[in-house]
Amino acid sequence: MSSVLYDAPGPRAKRRNVILTVVFVVLLALLLWWVWRTMDDKDQLEWSLWEPFTTSDAWTTYLLPGLANTLKAAGLSMVIALPLGALFGIARLSDHRWVRGVAGTVVEFFRAIPVLLLMLFANQVYTGWPGISAEDRPMYAVVTGLVLYNASVLAEVVRAGILALPKGQTEAAQAIGLRKGQTMGSILLPQAVTVMLPAIVSQLVVIVKDTALGGVMLQFTDLLNSRGTLAANYANVIQSFVVVAIIYIIVNFIITSFASWLEQRLRRGKKSTGAVLGPAAVEGTAATGAGGAFGGIGIGAGDGGGGGGDSGN
Amino acid sequence: MFDFLSNYDDPSLLGAFWMTVKLTVFSAVGSMVWGTMLAAMRVSPVPLMRGFGTAYVNIVRNIPLTVIIVFTSLGLADIFGMTMGAPDDFKVQGFRLAVLGFVAYTAAFVCEAIRSGINTVPVGQAEAARAIGLSFSQVLGLIVLPQAFRAVIGPLANVLIALTKNTTVAAAIGVAEAAYLMKEMIENEAQTLLIGAVFAFGFVVLTLPTGLFLGWLSKRLAVKR
Repeated sequence: MSSVLYDAPGPRAKRRNVILTVVFVVLLALLLWWVWRTMDDKDQLEWSLWEPFTTSDAWTTYLLPGLANTLKAAGLSMVIALPLGALFGIARLSDHRWVRGVAGTVVEFFRAIPVLLLMLFANQVYTGWPGISAEDRPMYAVVTGLVLYNASVLAEVVRAGILALPKGQTEAAQAIGLRKGQTMGSILLPQAVTVMLPAIVSQLVVIVKDTALGGVMLQFTDLLNSRGTLAANYANVIQSFVVVAIIYIIVNFIITSFASWLEQRLRRGKKSTGAVLGPAAVEGTAATGAGGAFGGIGIGAGDGGGGGGDSGN
Repeated sequence: MFDFLSNYDDPSLLGAFWMTVKLTVFSAVGSMVWGTMLAAMRVSPVPLMRGFGTAYVNIVRNIPLTVIIVFTSLGLADIFGMTMGAPDDFKVQGFRLAVLGFVAYTAAFVCEAIRSGINTVPVGQAEAARAIGLSFSQVLGLIVLPQAFRAVIGPLANVLIALTKNTTVAAAIGVAEAAYLMKEMIENEAQTLLIGAVFAFGFVVLTLPTGLFLGWLSKRLAVKR
């Protein structure tokens, strides 16, 4: 195998690689041994601490209801944020300067603010709201925060998706006499949706991860929050963290795999225009926070580029 | 209108944002170092190192940052007794634990940013360099890294801005930074909207100039292909 950094290895390089492998194995083994020792010292490897997870009680009382709430909040946020994001994304492409300006300012503003601040603010606003009971409030606050933030991220995705379409599409629509709304509604948007789909799906990962904020800061009974109740009951802090982390990893892994499967499929499809916004593309914009001038969205056409990359949100 | 601010001095408004800045800077330096090491592993010719790098990135990226930060406090500190060199000073301990968590999490994204930068360099560049007889270190130092570095600024800037916003998660373990103070203020004062605006403004001030400057820089330095 050849990469940009090194050629196919010759005899000397092969020997060096073997030595490096051995050194690395030793270091890794030392690390694992140290972790094992530390766990053992603190009696964290006792089977009694792990055992609750083999009973149905721990799952049906704590973990599954928590996971259900996490997924409910994430799904709700996505469903509300998507049309809102599409609206703002299209508004940013408007021919009228003030529409563009207002939409742009709103989008940039909400992207620059940590989602936790939005949640805290929403939570406080809802305290005086008559229609929202005290136990529903965290859920509303979490969803509101996530919607505000992710709608602005999705707005950028929608905008990039529309801009990724070949110019000929708009020109052809104009040539046959379609109005602006018709061009957007029946020519650009339907095609852009397929371009953006993988990016939108992988934004779900960001949303799922951010719901955990509500669990700690707003007492929203999500997966992370029910971990606390579970650990208080069985006195197994470390073990519950491990199990909950694995659940999050599995859920997000499924979403990511689905997004890349979708991306592959759309790339191969003959109907699309060739441009596909990869999963990596969104998270690049997710954190830009500042200026559409950034070019945070990478558009991978054909060769699996998607240079935008993840940014940890 | 703003007199309620004087009721808060531990932390004060500026003190809280200073804590946010400190968290960001320390975590940025740490994750840059660890992330670069991970990236080096992920592109190395040793399969085992590549496997480790890939596994680390995929595991850490899929765990919520909140879980990691809360774990540093409830797990590392409380159960394993890792006091981070400050067994008695809980403020310092919380700060260091938070930085540790941010470094572990952000490094995965730094690694991916660097790797994507290296991947933007066409293989032909290195092949041409080898063809004219440059050694491995010359290929790396003269041809590949200078081009990769320019491509990495944009993605790394995104990571830095995300990190700035992510430092608010430290409030979950009681580090007195901006979100911590905002929660305290907004629950105790009547001016909800004003408090929200003040803190939002603070983060806009922190992220906007960084984003604009680094965005300008990455555009200016971009390799035209």
